[in-house]
Amino acid sequence: MLGLAGLAAFLAVLPLAWIIVYVTQAGLPALTLDFFTNLPTPVGVPGGGIINAIVGSAITVGLGLLLAGPVGTLVAIYATANAERPIGTVIRFATDTLSGVPSIVMGIFAYTIVVLPQRHFSALAGGVVLAFIMLPIVIRSTEEMLKLVPSSLREASLALGAAEWRTWRNVLVPAAWNGILTGLMLAVARAAGEAAPMLFTAFGNPFMSVSLDQPIATLPHTIYIYAISPYEDWRAKAWATALVLIILVLALNVAARYVTGRRARKLGTVTR
Amino acid sequence: MTLATQHDSGQSSLPAAGSAAPPRPPGAGPASAPATRIAIHNLTVHYGTFCAVRNVTLDIPANQVTAIIGPSGCGKSTVVRSLNRMTDLVPGARVSGEAILDGENILRPEVDVVNVRRRIGMVFQRPNPFPKSIYDNVAYGPRLHGVRDRDLDEVVERTLRGAALWDEVKDKLHQSALALSGGQQQRLCIARAMAVEPEVILMDEPASAIDPIGTLRIEELIADLRATYTIVIVTHNMQQASRVSDVTAFFTMDEDRAGYMVEFGPTIEIFTNPRNQLTEDYVSGRFG
Repeated sequence: MLGLAGLAAFLAVLPLAWIIVYVTQAGLPALTLDFFTNLPTPVGVPGGGIINAIVGSAITVGLGLLLAGPVGTLVAIYATANAERPIGTVIRFATDTLSGVPSIVMGIFAYTIVVLPQRHFSALAGGVVLAFIMLPIVIRSTEEMLKLVPSSLREASLALGAAEWRTWRNVLVPAAWNGILTGLMLAVARAAGEAAPMLFTAFGNPFMSVSLDQPIATLPHTIYIYAISPYEDWRAKAWATALVLIILVLALNVAARYVTGRRARKLGTVTR
Repeated sequence: MTLATQHDSGQSSLPAAGSAAPPRPPGAGPASAPATRIAIHNLTVHYGTFCAVRNVTLDIPANQVTAIIGPSGCGKSTVVRSLNRMTDLVPGARVSGEAILDGENILRPEVDVVNVRRRIGMVFQRPNPFPKSIYDNVAYGPRLHGVRDRDLDEVVERTLRGAALWDEVKDKLHQSALALSGGQQQRLCIARAMAVEPEVILMDEPASAIDPIGTLRIEELIADLRATYTIVIVTHNMQQASRVSDVTAFFTMDEDRAGYMVEFGPTIEIFTNPRNQLTEDYVSGRFG
């Protein structure tokens, strides 16, 4: 029985290892320093890079985090504070449903509410759709973390004459902060890999753009464009871009864990 | 009595500024007729349809230690929790009756609970320091109530000295409070409650989760503090009640499991010459 469980565990880890090894093998040859610093070149012109997509992903994911992070945290606080009331159940149900909506549907929705009124694709639309995707992840993970904070801390703060909102702001949220941050990182990792909704929103851009009002390139969308192309050179770049995406997300996760882990050891706060 | 000698030996630090009352031996009862700090009249608490406490009438004397003893489930904790309105946090809890503090019934729903909790502090059964530094734990209350940052150092030091904790923590004020021992954590929680300068400190079995040495320190501290504060301590431990308190209220349960007060008087009377048979049975260990 335990052997079977061990085998299952092995099978679960296998895809991750396989993906990493395969992507590294396929992507490494095209991965030069120029690849990080140059703009894409037309087919056949050697030496192109993906700096525009790295910047574009940072902008759209950053915007998504900026929109979904505070809102999601506040929703989670509200849901936790009202966990035993009907509204808490409604929020949880709505959040679960939202996280089940396919990202391509989110993309069409953002297309309708941002791109159509603006009459053009934009980094703004990309950020908005990523915020929709991140929101349920942020809400659920933050809520789980807040639930882990012992209720005795809430009592202690209220007993000192603190108002409810100050208790949340000064005690409960800080106590769960490491876990909340981990949840935000999960949301970032998920959003950074979304290609489908970008087709309708950020659209892609072969040039460097930092404007929220212009179409913008993103890493997953770039992978898509390169991977479906008939050119050997571009397909190699698709693998290299995939490798960059994996490395960036991994680095972000490790950095977040390092920072939160240090803080957790110092103050003994709740962590995942 | 060991407690009194330890108290007088000078090991413990001075109580907070403004107190001048000389130490009295605990258990000796009121030195003179003391003023009443909180007059509880017909306090009844329901949780939903369950009546947890019925018709408690009790005058908490100022600057004394009032112990509330009795078997589990007799509503001791409910009484103290209703005094600083922690019962507000329990869905379905209903509190009726009066608790008069300076002429005002603090149980009325319209009363400003922040003000009540500021004047009536509370220490809980299990130490519950915030996952913050020792300094920030003590400074939490004063910050809430508008003490300026530049005055905080002085408030924190004075409070920790008053709680006889300063010498143990002065070199690690900015380390996590969670690194302290259980007993130290509980004394920090007492200091945290003292820092907002309440008039009354409620203690809900403050030593029940603490080892014997830590318990002794807490009892010494309580003896120190009653010069400055009015203290109400709920305890399961009858020896503790007899050691630290001036007056004692004995609670028990009715047939419907509602708690009520059987007897209230000077601690020495309750333990040596109780008027009620139920009290005598309990303090002599025949029941409960």
